[in-house]
Amino acid sequence: MTPKRRNRIILIVLMIAGVGIATGFALKAFNENLMFFYQPSQVIAGEAPAGRLIRVGGLVTTGSVQRQPDGLTVQFALTDNIETIRIQYTGILPDLFREGQGIIARGRLGDDRIFIAEEVLAKHDENYMPPEVADALKAAHEKGVSETGAAGTTP
Amino acid sequence: MIPELGHFALILALLMALVLAVFPMVGSLNNTPGWVAVARPAAFGQFTFLLIAFACLVNAFLVNDFSVTYVAQHGNTKLPNIYKVSAVWGAHEGSLLLWAFILGGWTLAVALFARSLPDEMLGRVLSVMGMVSIGFLSFMLFTSNPFARTFPVPTEGRDLNPLLQDFGLAIHPPMLYMGYVGLSVAFSFAIAALIGGKLDTSWARWSRPWTTVAWVFLTIGITLGSWWAYYELGWGGWWFWDPVENASFMPWLVATALIHSLAVTEKRGAFKRWTVLLALLAFSLSLLGTFLVRSGVLTSVHSFAADPARGLYILVFLCIVIGGSLALYAWRAPDVSSGGSFNVLSRETLLLGNNLLLVVITAFILLGTLAPLIYDALGWGKISVGFPWFNTMFIIFTPFLVLLMGLGPLTRWKHHDAADLLRQFRIALLVSICAGVLAALPVFKEGSAYAGLAVMLSVWLVTTLFLSLRRRLSYRRGVAAILKDFSARGSGSYYGMLLAHFGVAVFTIGVTFVTLYDIEKDIRMAPGEEVELAGYTFRFDGVESVPGPNYQADRGTIRVFRQDREITTLTPEKRTYLVQTKPMTEAGIDAGFTRDIYVSLGEALGGGSWSLRLYYKPFVRWIWLGGILIALGGILAAFDKRYRLAVNRKVMASPATPKDKLATQGQT
Amino acid sequence: MSRQLRYLLPLAAFLLLAGLLYRGLSLDPKLVPSPLIGKSMPAFTLPRLQDPDATLSDSDLLGEVFVLNIWATWCIACRAEHDVLLELARSGAVDIYGLNYKDQRDSAKSWLQQLGNPYVANAFDADGRTGIDWGVYGAPETFVIDRQGIIRHKHIGPLTMEVLNEEILPLLAALKAET
Repeated sequence: MTPKRRNRIILIVLMIAGVGIATGFALKAFNENLMFFYQPSQVIAGEAPAGRLIRVGGLVTTGSVQRQPDGLTVQFALTDNIETIRIQYTGILPDLFREGQGIIARGRLGDDRIFIAEEVLAKHDENYMPPEVADALKAAHEKGVSETGAAGTTP
Repeated sequence: MIPELGHFALILALLMALVLAVFPMVGSLNNTPGWVAVARPAAFGQFTFLLIAFACLVNAFLVNDFSVTYVAQHGNTKLPNIYKVSAVWGAHEGSLLLWAFILGGWTLAVALFARSLPDEMLGRVLSVMGMVSIGFLSFMLFTSNPFARTFPVPTEGRDLNPLLQDFGLAIHPPMLYMGYVGLSVAFSFAIAALIGGKLDTSWARWSRPWTTVAWVFLTIGITLGSWWAYYELGWGGWWFWDPVENASFMPWLVATALIHSLAVTEKRGAFKRWTVLLALLAFSLSLLGTFLVRSGVLTSVHSFAADPARGLYILVFLCIVIGGSLALYAWRAPDVSSGGSFNVLSRETLLLGNNLLLVVITAFILLGTLAPLIYDALGWGKISVGFPWFNTMFIIFTPFLVLLMGLGPLTRWKHHDAADLLRQFRIALLVSICAGVLAALPVFKEGSAYAGLAVMLSVWLVTTLFLSLRRRLSYRRGVAAILKDFSARGSGSYYGMLLAHFGVAVFTIGVTFVTLYDIEKDIRMAPGEEVELAGYTFRFDGVESVPGPNYQADRGTIRVFRQDREITTLTPEKRTYLVQTKPMTEAGIDAGFTRDIYVSLGEALGGGSWSLRLYYKPFVRWIWLGGILIALGGILAAFDKRYRLAVNRKVMASPATPKDKLATQGQT
Repeated sequence: MSRQLRYLLPLAAFLLLAGLLYRGLSLDPKLVPSPLIGKSMPAFTLPRLQDPDATLSDSDLLGEVFVLNIWATWCIACRAEHDVLLELARSGAVDIYGLNYKDQRDSAKSWLQQLGNPYVANAFDADGRTGIDWGVYGAPETFVIDRQGIIRHKHIGPLTMEVLNEEILPLLAALKAET
């Protein structure tokens, strides 16, 4: 084996080993950080694991938003039009959070079946639109939703 | 009338692109110089028509021509003029036009400035760019015409999305697109070289400055985007690992690998196949990003309104461009001669290692971005990958990357004796480990191993850069020596490297410190109430209503004190835009070199109280400062006199002169 | 691995990715399947658009196959599908009822005056609550309801002649044939 060839093999082995180890770590971390998405009816049906970080999504039930006396803790109901679950969140809700609006909450399911959210995302409305309408509706839809939304949340 | 003119100009631009794609390529293949000569005028024509089309759309916004559907959906009479212009690229159709326009601009720039190129090569390069242009122009004309009319004509436009009514975001897309599209130049050079079978050092020399310029734009674009997200979204976050962000970051990583790999190919003639593959990949990832953003296969906070028909079109386009180029690669690459040999311990190896790391990181980001899609497609459920995963990956890979970054500039090409290398590094190693341990001690704030690691890596980078500079100057001292050396030919790329790597050190400190030590508080405050955070006292003075040009704002007043000395008064706003009636948070930020104070308004809780978000963000500016330094480094490198001389003198490409090599290697 | 084959790897990887993306196009990450299909329509009682004093409720509609169209004047796509609705109304295949969603009464009335009125009657859902009960994500949406008041089909987005001919009309024919 010439020195040049040996060098090359050393190089290749080093790189494969390095990349391999890193890949192992990354994939392990990947599995731990995977968050599954559930609908309220799946949560009610007991499909969602308790205590693990998951995401739930649905519409905020109109009239369900209750604020605790501290002003920062909020409870509301989330529905997929089949079942409804309760969500509790402490902190400032996103700008686009409104009753009747679609949201995604990230958090854990508590023992009392109340979902404790760490983060609430109210995404742009167009993301809750089927793609074919989204384009044409983008502007119009926001108006429609926000008009009622504004009426619903004014204290 | 004017919108029709724009539409017509687009059609003519498409015809020009067809001419550009066909004639020079065919001419170069069967040796017909007359056909090859068509390239330059066609590039010029294509650009002119795109300019006309673009100007027509800008005009439609400025004169509030709501008979144009796109203007009716995104324009408004009350929109300030600057945002009327930026509304042009505020949504799908117009941003495509911007994309095509920029592509036309790059094509013209290559036609004008790449004069040292042999005609045949230039013809092929422009032709490939023409082919890409055909894809985009026909996509626009057949599925997303920005000039389509609407009837009956609305009396008022639907207004631009308030999130986009911001200066940072007005210039962010053009910068980003300059980067994305600029990578098409490197791509076209690679394809042209593969077709000609001449992958040599002169190919690398030609495509280097273009690639670097595109990379600089991409760097600026990403930095701007991050800065915008920080002050506009009101959460104080600066990077979310959102699919759209990833779509811009992946090409950046590969382009970073590419500019390093090009350096090896130019100087040593090595890694040719690898370099050409990176050039293909970098642009392919830009296109993939376009697909992900516009097809609706992934959800994202800021994706464009999606449309499966468009998605299919882009996918077919992707298959032609990426599939075609990779097939060409598979066919031609085996014939490429392998370049200069090198030892295990050499600058080549270190650069290869860095390249590999960058590509592996890209692959993981791609995996994380596409994982929801993969799971959905295989019926494993709907998932998302939390951003902690992306962060973890960075913590795993960055130390190795930075380690190699420090070693690289000090190591010789071809072969470097291990003992000698270690001798050179002793000081840097010692200094950085000491600094790291010191930073990890619980003397300053709570000690953290991560803070220690970050400080160690940054100090390591800075000290090795310093060592490298010292050696380059052959131990001459003083500012005069640096200035003299700086103005020498071929030194731009060296000092560019220095600056960019220094930027990485600054960036690393910024990211780590803001991640570890930022303090956040969500709190309910009544007027007159005070609260402490990180040694600062925040006094809430209530909220008043203030009208804006096209919005109504609730403006809070928060006075910030430090030991009874007033530091600043912050006025965060909650705006409601009149047309889209969409609330927007404008944060109040007191920016500082070592810390930001950041306040955003939550909601009114009745009785004049509001929920507020207060942040103390140490070193957050260093993130963008790092980005700016990296971009500046790229600019220095791209405008290295070497390349300019080559252009001006019309020197036929020749490998770097021995003197050049000496200067840029900074050693021997 | 043969030397030649090695260079095919990037292409192979890309083709795999392209296959995945193609599959991804037919999936919709945002699609929340309508849980209402196959269920009874949600109950509602709303004022009529043309006459605020009269009401329209779900019980008024029971007994015949009908189409419920969710629309609003602020909705650009509704304008696009309006001609299709007129066409459907002209064909006499089915009664079309409208749910005027989060709209203003006056503009909705003048819209029908100007563009033509395909609806037998319109319910006026000013605050959109009925829309939420029906799982409406945005206008326009179109529901097909059978004689028993069961929702049989939901079309999201503007109706086109294609959708009408390929989905709605065959379904209507089938429903009418049911006893």
